[in-house]
Amino acid sequence: MSDSKNSDKAFPGFSCPMPILNHDTVQLAHGSGGKLSAELLDKLFLPRFGNDTLNRLEDQAVLEMPEGRLAFTTDSFVVDPIFFPGGNIGDLAINGTVNDLAMGGAKPLYLSVGFILEEGLPLEMLHAILLSMEEAAWGAGVKIVTGDTKVVPRGSCDKIFINTSGIGVVPDGINLSASGLKVDDRIILSGTIADHGMAVMTSREGLSFQADIESDTAALNSLVEDMLLVSRDIRAMRDPTRGGLAATLNEFARSSARGIVLEQDKVPVNRKVQGACEILGIDPLTVANEGKLVAVVPASVADDVVDTMRHHPLGREAVVIGKVVKDHPGVVALKTGLGVSQILDMPVGEQLPRIC
Amino acid sequence: MCLAIPGKLVEIYEEAGMKMGRIDYGGTVNRVCLEYVPEIEIGQYTVVHAGFAISIIDEEEAARSFEAWREYNDAALRAGPYRYGKAADEEEGQR
Amino acid sequence: MKFLSEYRDPETARRMLAEIEKIVTRSWVIMEVCGGQTHAIVKSGIDQLLPREIRLVHGPGCPVCVTPLETIDRAIEIAGRPEVIFCSFGDMLRVPGSNRDLLTARSAGAEVRIVYSPLEALEIALNNPDREVVFFAIGFETTAPGNAMAIIQAEKQGLKNFSELVCHVLVPPAITALLSSDDNLVNGYLAAGNVCTVTGLGEYEGIAEKYRVPIVATGLEPNDIIEGILMVVRQLEEGRAEVENQYVRSVRYQGNIPAQEAVARVFEVSDQKWRGIGMLPDSGLRIRKEYGDYDAARRFAVTDFDVNEPEVCISGTILRGLKKPDQCPAFGTECRPEHPLGATMVSNEGACAAYYKYKPLMAS
Repeated sequence: MSDSKNSDKAFPGFSCPMPILNHDTVQLAHGSGGKLSAELLDKLFLPRFGNDTLNRLEDQAVLEMPEGRLAFTTDSFVVDPIFFPGGNIGDLAINGTVNDLAMGGAKPLYLSVGFILEEGLPLEMLHAILLSMEEAAWGAGVKIVTGDTKVVPRGSCDKIFINTSGIGVVPDGINLSASGLKVDDRIILSGTIADHGMAVMTSREGLSFQADIESDTAALNSLVEDMLLVSRDIRAMRDPTRGGLAATLNEFARSSARGIVLEQDKVPVNRKVQGACEILGIDPLTVANEGKLVAVVPASVADDVVDTMRHHPLGREAVVIGKVVKDHPGVVALKTGLGVSQILDMPVGEQLPRIC
Repeated sequence: MCLAIPGKLVEIYEEAGMKMGRIDYGGTVNRVCLEYVPEIEIGQYTVVHAGFAISIIDEEEAARSFEAWREYNDAALRAGPYRYGKAADEEEGQR
Repeated sequence: MKFLSEYRDPETARRMLAEIEKIVTRSWVIMEVCGGQTHAIVKSGIDQLLPREIRLVHGPGCPVCVTPLETIDRAIEIAGRPEVIFCSFGDMLRVPGSNRDLLTARSAGAEVRIVYSPLEALEIALNNPDREVVFFAIGFETTAPGNAMAIIQAEKQGLKNFSELVCHVLVPPAITALLSSDDNLVNGYLAAGNVCTVTGLGEYEGIAEKYRVPIVATGLEPNDIIEGILMVVRQLEEGRAEVENQYVRSVRYQGNIPAQEAVARVFEVSDQKWRGIGMLPDSGLRIRKEYGDYDAARRFAVTDFDVNEPEVCISGTILRGLKKPDQCPAFGTECRPEHPLGATMVSNEGACAAYYKYKPLMAS
């Protein structure tokens, strides 16, 4: 079985030719630590992620660290489908962990990557995922310094799961924390909401949509860097992933025991995304984002921060969407188009399309 | 109940003997069964519920009610932008 | 989006609200029987903007909420069979039966798939000839034509592995039941626009006349609803009780005839139990004998379930407008969206869930 073929079936992000391997699909033996594992490593992984630290192939990465406090985070990625418009599970796994570091004001440096592969996963698909991981890591300026691959029998996982952990360094003087919100602070959103969640939902099998909605998956660390240059007094940042903007603002309100007022009209929603949300009966405020951030900043610097963000490609639509108030501590109030204030609650569970 | 959203018919085709169409909702396009609006033509707006077009929007009637609203509403322009849920029109303009 | 955003313009809303305030001279109770309207009312805060004289009552307008417990239990039992792919609108997945919901059934191994249209369920049946595909056909008159079409198509294509578990409810019998009860306090109705789009207005005329209530077929966007309320109030103030049409862009007097014909071909009117209300005569649809092969309830011999609703729940009283959700002792404590006790908390469209989610912000 050496007739490994490069079929015409292109996966998004697929640009380098697929190396010749002895199989078309992932075999249990690819995770055995034996010959096939070595082949996978040599032909697929190292050419993508290779750097001095990783190439040493020790059981651990030994790292040089610049001055500053260490930021450390981990996240696992299990998205379905694994390829969606605008990205795939690979760049998502890199950007997600980079963003978690960046939201703490850290400069992301090193990542670990752990793969759990389902037996039978086309190697071509894995290759396409690795390519976009390489590109994402390069774009974010982080190195993948250690990794692991396991293969599980067919049916034990859904094609591919990825865990990434990340280490970054927080410069002195930066202290971002959701507990630090002060009354009259402004809430800034970096752009349109709900793009990622709706891109994934409308590309799921079974729902007969053609939405061309692209995921917003992106690494936000350079945007954060620009923002911190404007003001080191930024109180807190979060990327509104699962649970969307509604969940993030509720987290802010609860951690700080302050009230938050969100102006519904100010929240930008992409036209197509709005359409898809309408059809499926989903509130964009509760839908996941993968390349947006919410920042809480002192009122005095809000305009400068927004202005700087708008000069960054990932913050072009940055806008103040609300503020911190002393009323209703721990609660987010949504001011509707009609001027009525209501409680915006933490979303309950997964968003399901509805007809009623 | 019964979420039903207006969209514009952009294509008519046949599938398994059924009259089907593609409906555009401001950029998101969806496959919809047209069996219950047999007289519909491309370019018309229809109300869609759970994958079925259930009526053709009467644009004249809609225009008439806007006219009535406009009387209530001479100050609408002063209300300023209303982005949430309205992003479509800002780009789409009037037909 | 055209024909959507125009109906959300806040300035128009304010103007119409001012008009309502101008013409109202006494207290009126108005009921909407449409979960989508309930949702829009609480979400946009219309109820808080109306003059004090107008009280809105959220009627049994959510087919998900009124689906009886035993039907959900039955669905879960069928979904759990190894040969079955169970397809449902997303709405039903979190609605609890006696002790679990379809999502939990899925985690226990049942193959439950979310579909957006009944035709998608049909497609799944076509692609999985060795499996039994069951579609959970719930809804009001708006959804029935689609569910009927899936069966008509299944027959036409000779699909043997497709069936529907039907729980269809009809609006006019519910309104009639509410109006004829002794404790009725509703003065006027907003009829669900998308239901009327299918059924037309004829059926409502008899009700308006017999019970002397204005009924206005109303769309689902905030400004539709405010205009519908304005039209009802105007009738009430002028002493009229007529059927009027606010949702003119979609509702024709005779309704959608091809849709009505398809429904009549596949379904017949039957008595139906409503969760929170009870058995109402001629208030539901069941599959006709000729299409019995497509009836999942027949295809899968399911035992009868003996179920009890929690005693503390007052959803029946809420559905009739006699009480507001926050007057229930369990509201927000024992009974929450993630742990609903009764009909009105189970779906987003239910009055209690809508109240819980968008409860007016108490200024502190």
